[in-house]
Amino acid sequence: MSSPTTPGTTRSVPDPGTAAGTSAAPAARSGRTVVTGIGVVAPCGLGAEAYWKALLAGESGITGLSRFDTSGYPATLAGEIRDFDAREHLPSRLLPQTDVSTRYAVVAADWALADAGVAQEAGETGEAGLADYDMGVVTSTAQGGFDFTHREFRKLWDEGPEYVSVYESFAWFYAVNTGQISIRNKMRGPSAALVGEQAGGLDAVGHARRTVRRGTPLVVSGGVDSAFDPWGYSAQLAGGRVTTATDPARAYLPFDRAASGHVPGEGGAILVVEDADSARERGAGTVYGEIAGYAATFDPPPGSERPPGLRRAAELALADAGLEPADIGIVYADAAAVPELDRAEAEALRGLFGAYGVPVTAPKTLTGRMYAGGGPADLAAALFTLRDGVAPATAHTTDVPDDYGLDLVLGEPRAVRGRAALVLARGRHGFNSAIVVTAP
Amino acid sequence: MAQMTLEELRDTLVACAGEGDAVDLSGDILDVPFEELGYDSLALMESAARIERAYGISLPEEATSEADTPRALLDLVNGITASAV
Repeated sequence: MSSPTTPGTTRSVPDPGTAAGTSAAPAARSGRTVVTGIGVVAPCGLGAEAYWKALLAGESGITGLSRFDTSGYPATLAGEIRDFDAREHLPSRLLPQTDVSTRYAVVAADWALADAGVAQEAGETGEAGLADYDMGVVTSTAQGGFDFTHREFRKLWDEGPEYVSVYESFAWFYAVNTGQISIRNKMRGPSAALVGEQAGGLDAVGHARRTVRRGTPLVVSGGVDSAFDPWGYSAQLAGGRVTTATDPARAYLPFDRAASGHVPGEGGAILVVEDADSARERGAGTVYGEIAGYAATFDPPPGSERPPGLRRAAELALADAGLEPADIGIVYADAAAVPELDRAEAEALRGLFGAYGVPVTAPKTLTGRMYAGGGPADLAAALFTLRDGVAPATAHTTDVPDDYGLDLVLGEPRAVRGRAALVLARGRHGFNSAIVVTAP
Repeated sequence: MAQMTLEELRDTLVACAGEGDAVDLSGDILDVPFEELGYDSLALMESAARIERAYGISLPEEATSEADTPRALLDLVNGITASAV
């Protein structure tokens, strides 16, 4: 497991000398890292374009949780994916050994690679023209394989240890999504799994960029989460930040006076992150944008007089991108929907951009918080915002305190100018991460 | 005690570890190495545990991991079930 890096180490310089790749690996030259493929698995849409259309249309994936009987539970809502049949997307060989979260990750990676024009099982003769050691995988999950593990624990207690699946040995594991994507697509380049609670998905993409700059031409990166079995859902409720509201349209209300916590979601996004020159050389069809800046910070300990680290993460990501606040056309907020956290985020944004200084949105109100999947899904939406010049609204929120000084996109999508977007994510116990993406 | 058939072994493998798209398990696979059938050591551990429960036997770890074809595994299983009568 890896903690977010200190600011001093986030600005990795291009360092082709450390490339462990093969002679076929072109060394990073411009140091620019671009996104060439996007796969999204989300409660409001399967596939990147379906997800984006749903965000713009304000179609919500938040409903009563259907995976088990929630009567007697203090909360009952979830951003649940209901139309995903793993058998349609994956070989039967993978089903006995994968948690639902891993199925989402592997399928989102398939979609992202198809979008990027990289053949599955590309290998040395693949369409990408990249050797197996030229491609790495860096993913994040905050929760691991809860559903799978719950089933195996039930067998352990009810039937005995000899009934527990041998696949439990890795199906629960934080690194399993990286491993399965790597195996399925024969990607043997530098790979990693990062855990940073709900900020981890952005950290994974930040580390993917670092990996590209060190000489690996292509890295599959992002995050997913899912924990909607009774144990996983209970664990989320125990965290104390899940709303007990029962009306799906009045439950997850970030920045609203009525904010009462979030609705948990499942899913996330996987991106294909590439060296810009290598992508051009292999003839990548679409360049969605550049991962122009990344930074991660950690909050001071409770009781400290120092401020939370979110603003510093945003400032460092901007500096890393070589941009000023005025260059940012839209901010995708973390949007905790816990009043003191909303206030802290509003204060960070006000401090950096000035009161009402930049449009801010949180379309994760349509999916629930997808934990490590939330940041990468927001990144996907931010890239689409730069492409289409429009930002989806923050659904359901209506009544934002004036002293937040937030120009929150409410009600309807808004036309957005600017060639750069800032995406923020916070994780419990102090994680802050920020990524700046720019239009190609 | 009942002898395990190739059909039963096939069903056990599929239930425990699925089947590959490129492999025809319905053919004559008795002497095809598990590796070629797409079953790795974990798939075989999972299947062995299922066989142990179904037949009420204990499969020695080393001999099981050395059984690299369906015929070898069936001989091992059926040798144990026969001697357990």
